[in-house]
Parts: sequence; C-alpha cells; structure tokens
Amino acid sequence: MRVTFTANGKPVEADDVWEGESLLYVLRERVGLPGSKNACEQGECGSCTVYLDGLPVCSCLVAAGQVQDREVRTVEGLAEEDGELGLVQQAFVDAGAVQCGFCTPGLLVQTDALLERDAQPSDTDIREALSGNLCRCTGYEKIMDAVRLASARKCAASGEGDQK
Amino acid sequence: MTTRTVQGEKNLQKIHQSSKDGIGGSPLRPDGHLKVRGEFAYSSDMWHEDMLWGTALRSPHPRATILSVDISEALKVPGVYAVLTHEDIPGEKYYGLEIADQPALAIDKIRYHGEAIALVAADHPETARRAVKKIKVEYEVLTPITTEEQCLDPETHGYVHEPHEYKSHAYGNICHEQKLVSGLGVTDEVRALADVIVSGEYEVGMQDQAFLGPESGLAVPAEDGGIDLYIATQWLHVDRQQMAPVLNLPQEKVRLTLAGVGGAFGGREDLSMQIHACLLALHTGKPVKIVYARDESFFGHVHRHPAKMRYEHGATRDGKLVFADCRIVLDGGAYASASPAVVGNAASLGHGPYVIPNVAMHAIALYSNNPSCGAMRGFGAVQAAFGYESQMDKLAEALGMDPVELRQLNAVTQGDFMPTGQEIDAPAPVAELLQRVKDMPLPPPLDLEHLDVRTLPGALSNTSHGEGIVRGVGYSVGIKNVGFSEGFDDYSTARVRLEVIGGEPVAMVHTAMAEVGQGGVTVHAQIARTELGVEQVTIHPANTEVGSAGSTSASRQTYMTGGAVKLAAEAVRHELVEKGRHRYGWTQTDIALVGGKVVSASAGVLISMVDLLGDEVIEQTREHHHRPTVPFDKETGQGFGHVQYTFCANRAVVDVDVELGLVKVVELTAVQDVGKALNPLSVVGQIQGGCTQALGLAVMEEIVVKDGKVRNASFTDYLIPTILDTPPIPVEILERPDPNAPYGLRGVGEAPTVSATPSIVAAIRQATGKALTRIPVRPEHLTDTL
Repeated sequence: MRVTFTANGKPVEADDVWEGESLLYVLRERVGLPGSKNACEQGECGSCTVYLDGLPVCSCLVAAGQVQDREVRTVEGLAEEDGELGLVQQAFVDAGAVQCGFCTPGLLVQTDALLERDAQPSDTDIREALSGNLCRCTGYEKIMDAVRLASARKCAASGEGDQK
Repeated sequence: MTTRTVQGEKNLQKIHQSSKDGIGGSPLRPDGHLKVRGEFAYSSDMWHEDMLWGTALRSPHPRATILSVDISEALKVPGVYAVLTHEDIPGEKYYGLEIADQPALAIDKIRYHGEAIALVAADHPETARRAVKKIKVEYEVLTPITTEEQCLDPETHGYVHEPHEYKSHAYGNICHEQKLVSGLGVTDEVRALADVIVSGEYEVGMQDQAFLGPESGLAVPAEDGGIDLYIATQWLHVDRQQMAPVLNLPQEKVRLTLAGVGGAFGGREDLSMQIHACLLALHTGKPVKIVYARDESFFGHVHRHPAKMRYEHGATRDGKLVFADCRIVLDGGAYASASPAVVGNAASLGHGPYVIPNVAMHAIALYSNNPSCGAMRGFGAVQAAFGYESQMDKLAEALGMDPVELRQLNAVTQGDFMPTGQEIDAPAPVAELLQRVKDMPLPPPLDLEHLDVRTLPGALSNTSHGEGIVRGVGYSVGIKNVGFSEGFDDYSTARVRLEVIGGEPVAMVHTAMAEVGQGGVTVHAQIARTELGVEQVTIHPANTEVGSAGSTSASRQTYMTGGAVKLAAEAVRHELVEKGRHRYGWTQTDIALVGGKVVSASAGVLISMVDLLGDEVIEQTREHHHRPTVPFDKETGQGFGHVQYTFCANRAVVDVDVELGLVKVVELTAVQDVGKALNPLSVVGQIQGGCTQALGLAVMEEIVVKDGKVRNASFTDYLIPTILDTPPIPVEILERPDPNAPYGLRGVGEAPTVSATPSIVAAIRQATGKALTRIPVRPEHLTDTL
C-alpha cells in the first residue's frame, strides 16, 4: 500500500508498504529518518518515541497505515528552523546526558512533550513522565540534570522563571 | 553505488573548543550534537541500495541432536536470496574468544536454547522471518544438562561437549578452574585461630547487559573478493581475527569499520551476527543487513555468569580477619566465551579489598546447556563481591561491630599483598573511601505527613500511603582489576597526525577503539590538545586500517588507548621540536607546545606551529603496552596477575514495603578513587551508570532459565531500572595518582558495578531482618511466600 503523511512539516509518501510494517520501520527504512531508534519494538523502552498529531507515541506500536494523512514529528524535527539545536536538545548535550545516545531521541521527544505541558515539573513529575524511556548508560542522573536545565532555560526565555 | 554508510563519515568529529578542554576539563562529547539531532549513524541505521535483510533460525531446544535440516521450502519463498547452513561455511566452522569451541552455525548438535542453525537473506525482514519458519529441522530432543550436580556428573548426565570434541584442555563439563592458597590455607589449625567464624551460601542470578542498540551491522561484498563490515562491536580486531578463518579470507580482506554503538557492557565482546552477515553477503554478492529483534538479542549474546558461592570467614574477637575459605561455581553455559578469564578474576579478587592472612579459594566455570555466559561489566568480580560483602556484614553482626569499621579495620592499603601474593604498589585508599561515603549527608527521613506516593515502593501503582514502609541503610566496598590480566600482552595502537588546515594547526587521532558510549572520543581529543597545544582535534572513524586498540572492556580503554594517543602525540611533538632545533638551532631544554605556538619557559615564544609546520604533515603511530603480568599458578593462584586495581565504596538507603515485599532505593551514594579524572563529567556519568546496573542486579534483573529454556527474552519480562526505579546517585571522586598509569589515571567503569549491589542488599537486610542470600532480591524473598 501507499502511505502519505507529514513528517517534520514536509509531505512524505511511502510506496509498497507491507500492511504489517510499523511507523518506526517506515520512518527508518523507507523515509530516510533513522533518528527514532529500534531497541525493543514492543513499546517498552521508548527509544522510538515520536509525536503523532502532537502526542508522544511509541512509533513501533503504530501501524504504518494508521498515519495516513496525519502529522508526525521526530527527533530530526526538534531543531530550530535555522538549524540550531532545540532547547531540549542543547540541554541534553550541555548536561552530559548523552552517552551511547541510543535512548536520546526518544527521551528528547518525551521531555519536549513534558515541558510543553508543564514548563516547571518537579523531580517526581520528571521521573513519572520519563518512566517509559529506558536508558542503560547514564543512571538517569544527568538526564534529570538535562530536563531541569531545559526547564530553567525555557522559563527564563518566557519570563516565567520566578512564578513558582 | 549509493550508500548511506557514508553517513558513518558524519561520525568523524571535528572539535572546535579551546585548550581549557585538555585533560582534567569536561569538554562536551564531540558526537553529542549528531546524537541529539538523530543524525548519528548507529549500526542498525546502516543502509545500502539494493541491500538484503538477514536473519537466523534458532533452536527451540536447549539440547538436541539435529537429525536433518530441509531448506527447500524456504528457498521457494519469493524474495528469498539465500538459505545457508553450516555446510555452506567456506572455512573453519568454529570460533571463540579464548577457545574455538562455538560453531558459527550448529553442526549436528544443539547446546543451548536459541542456538543459530540456518541463515536466510531476503528482500524484506518479514520475508526473511517467514522463510525461516519454512525451514524444517528434525530434532532428537535430549534432556538438558543444567545444574551443577548434573554438570559435575557426566557419567550419568552426559557431556555438553563430548570429550573428543573438546577444543580446549577442559575435562568433564568443567570449562576452567582456578585454585588459590595463601598463608597456611584453611585447615582445622587455622580455623582454631579464629574466635568467630561465619559462613554462608550465596547465589547470583543471570544478568544481561541489555544494551539498547540491538546487535546489527551491514556487510558489503567488495570487488577484491573481500568484505567490508560496518559493525557495532567492542573490539574490531578480535572480531576480524575470529571471522577471517570462518570466511576463509585473509585478514586484510576482512575490513571492519565501527558503526555507532548503542551500549555494550561486555555483551559485544563476542561475535554475534558478524559472521552471519558476511556469509550471506559473500554468498549472494549483495550487501546484507542484520538487525536483531530484542528476543534475538537475548539469545544472540553471552550474559553475566550466574554463580553459586560458599564462603567461610574467621576473625579474632577484635575483628581482624584470620582466614577465608571460598568456593565459587560459575555457570558458563554452552560455550567458553570469556569464562576462563572470568574464573581468574573471581578467584583472584574473590576475597575483596581485605588483608586476610590465610586463604583457600576454588573457582570453576561449568559447561552446561544453559545460555552462554561471558563478559559483563565487573567480569567475575561482581558475583564474588555479593558473597564477601554479605559475609562482612554477617561477621560484623556476629562480633557486635559496626560494619563499616570492620571493613576499615581489614582494608588493604598500598604496600599490602593480595592473596595472589601480588603487592598493591599504588594508592589503595579503601578505608578512606568507606569513611567518605559514611560521612556524606543522609537523605531526609521518610515524612509520612508530606509524602508523594510516587516516591514510595510501588510508586505509580499507588500500593501504599506509607504504611508498612521501613527504611534501611547499607554499606559496601569492592575491588576490580583494570586491563587484561594473567600474562596477556594487552596493547593499543594510536596514530596521531599534525598538519595545518585553514591556517590553524590541527591534530587527527586515528585508533581502532570502539566508542560504545563511555566517552573515549572525548578523552582522546583532550589528550591530543594537552600534548600538542592545539585547539582543533579530529577523531578519525575507528577501523581496521590502524593497529588494534584492544577491547573496550575491563575498564581499560582510557588507560590503554588513551596511553597510546599520549605516546603518539608525544612523538609528534618531539619530531616538530626537533625540526625547529635543526632549522633554527634552538638550544633550550624547556620547549613546549602551547596555544598553537612553540614556546620556551626561558625564551618565550619561539615560533608559531603554523610557521614551523608549513605544508608538512607529521604523523606518528605508537603502541601502548601495559606492564607485563603473569598467569596465576594453577594450584596456588600465586602470581603478579593484574595490571592495576580500582576501588569504589557505596552507601544505599532503601525503603521497603514489608507487607508487599517491594523495594525502593531512596539514594545510592558512591565514592571512588579514579587516580586522575581526565574528564570529570564523563567519570561521574560512568559511576552513576555503573551503580544503576548494580541496582538492577540487586532487585530486578535476571534472565530466568528453566530446564535450559529462557523464559523472559524481552524488555517486557526482563526488567531493567527505569528513571522511577533509580534514585539520586551522589558521587564523590578521589584522585590518588597511580604512578604506573598514564597521567596517574585509574580505570573507572566497572568498580561501581562491583560494589554497589551488596550495599543495596545490606540496606534491605537492615530494613527487614531477612538473611537474603540470593540476588536479585524478589518480593517473595521479603514476604516468605516462595
């Protein structure tokens, strides 16, 4: 089958898609967006998290046919329009939250979604929001640092830093 | 040919940072930007026009005789290009890290659940999977040999490898054994010298490395009849060494390039899909990509050895250790992998960082029909640490002593001797590490008035509002060797080039080091900046076009390859300065390279490096060998077997729901001596990550094997700690330089994984009063509902 959808703001078209293929497979192997990662392919690790119509989902659990005419945003779409790193991306680099980095794309999307909902989450809020994303390298401490850093920068940028 | 493998070139990192980013600084990862953009090319991201997908048929039985294999129906599936069995292997059929006892594809026999029997290449991964299901195998299913008792009685239960099949000097079902005796050994007379004796039996389950990036790679057949493999591995050259004879190719025609690696932790030290992808590619003449699904990953790599241990310790009334008697039985599974070296570590480090006048030790690894076990972070020292640290707590209780004071009283220090007779000839601040971890502030006590149930055991499941929760605190310390031991000539190679590019001096570092996330690429650039006084450093992609870097394991890469980069950079510096001396007649003896200039402390700036270099390129290649070691004596275990020791101390604070048996680690503190922190940010990251894997082993991680069959080969059923399971991990770093090591550094990555597990179990014991002799600790152990 043919599947057409929007990926990071651009229309894409994938031909000869087998009906059992996941959105993750189509993104990685057919559309040329390998940023979303294939670690467990059963929705347990969060490495393949993407936005689907603005909500974070595990793209390995979404059948390719389900995204017909919908909007997908991947880690490749988190950078600014001028190509600069997005705020969450920069915070992960600065905090040393990237080691092997395989979990990073999924964590970035999930963190981006968290801070969109709540720009100043508590530590427990962060842990709850990211509990579906496994990381095997960092011990999560630097990921916590990165989310706190991104939160602080986001609040500073929008002048909300002193509200809480 | 168009190929996205060139995306690997994007991994070539150019670093624009100031020279404050030399050693001791914390410059950011050169690959960080690519990784957060999703542009870093991991091995599973490799892509080639017209490529095929490979997959393997794996045995559903742990032990069987293969009566027949019929591939005819599989070959008829549209889109299938090849179906291969061991009969299609052109060269040697066996390979192995230390002992070539593992067939690349099963021959007549199945020795473990998940063993690969046949391979398929097809135009789509689903086509390949469907074709695999059409391969008909007739088995004679045999009763698997799975327990220690069965393994040690081959007359009754049979051999995993028949005696005539042995590729090693093994006998029975024992893969390797190491005895150790020091002092008077442990006799009745020695026992009589102790006022207090405690003994215990301990068991460690089978842990998995569970790296996130699946085993994967792309094999591309070359016009010269050779093969190019883009691969995630820990050691390119040892892969090639094992692959070439099987492929029947000379080593130089097997070219490996490191693709992005999504974690390793020992699990990529053995071959997985390397030979399979190359066989399919050479057979079909097309590029072949293999990417393991998660269940195949659990079958396709070796795990941490499960262990059964018996310890007996004796001490005087005032707490001085008198003797230790120990037996460690490691289940090595179907094939040897790194079992011999793991046994050597367990035997030589199995008494912990303590001075013990009289020691007897017997460590063995068994062949069984369980999954193969080999390298995992901590490598034989992890299992033993659970045993000896449990004993230290038991002994402290028997003596009525504080468990930290008992450890400090017996802690080794520089100048002491290990039970192997090896003198500890570098700082060993074990007692200080314990003191510092004890002195760190404790987290606030549980506040039932203002608690957030998400922070309790059971967390989001809302299983408690504070009732039934008891807090405990536990301590531990551990010892780990750095580098390959027992006489192995462990070396690494580095090539460093200096030239002028765009009006600036630029250094290029080329090694075969596998960057698996540990941060070697960052540190290599720091070393080059420090030694050459340049700002810009390029890290060349790791491949087999330069000499071996050895393995990214054994906490050795910064020591070994970092050391090689230092030597090569020093040689480049020497050549550059000599060029200046020859040309300008400099006579100063205090010449150095700083900030892109050649300077003398006495005479100031002599010349800029750009002017001195001109159009010339200086390139030097050096090998770094560590000081020699010797094998342990087989009967006494004596010998200078280890290059360097490294130590970490931990404190765990846990909350336990004693009604439900649920555990929440509240805080896990670590203090480690790293000799010299070349990159403090990365060092802390390694320590926190290592502690978290130890937490996993303590309370959740285990591959459940029943009658030789793996029951939980998925991330749904094999649990690794999430961010909710993982507490804050405060880290304090000590820097006591090792005079034998480059910059005084000490390997970092494994020590916390050795030491942290026992601290968590000790804390749970303190909270519950349970003996807890098996890890991972499960709810049924805490609620007596086994």
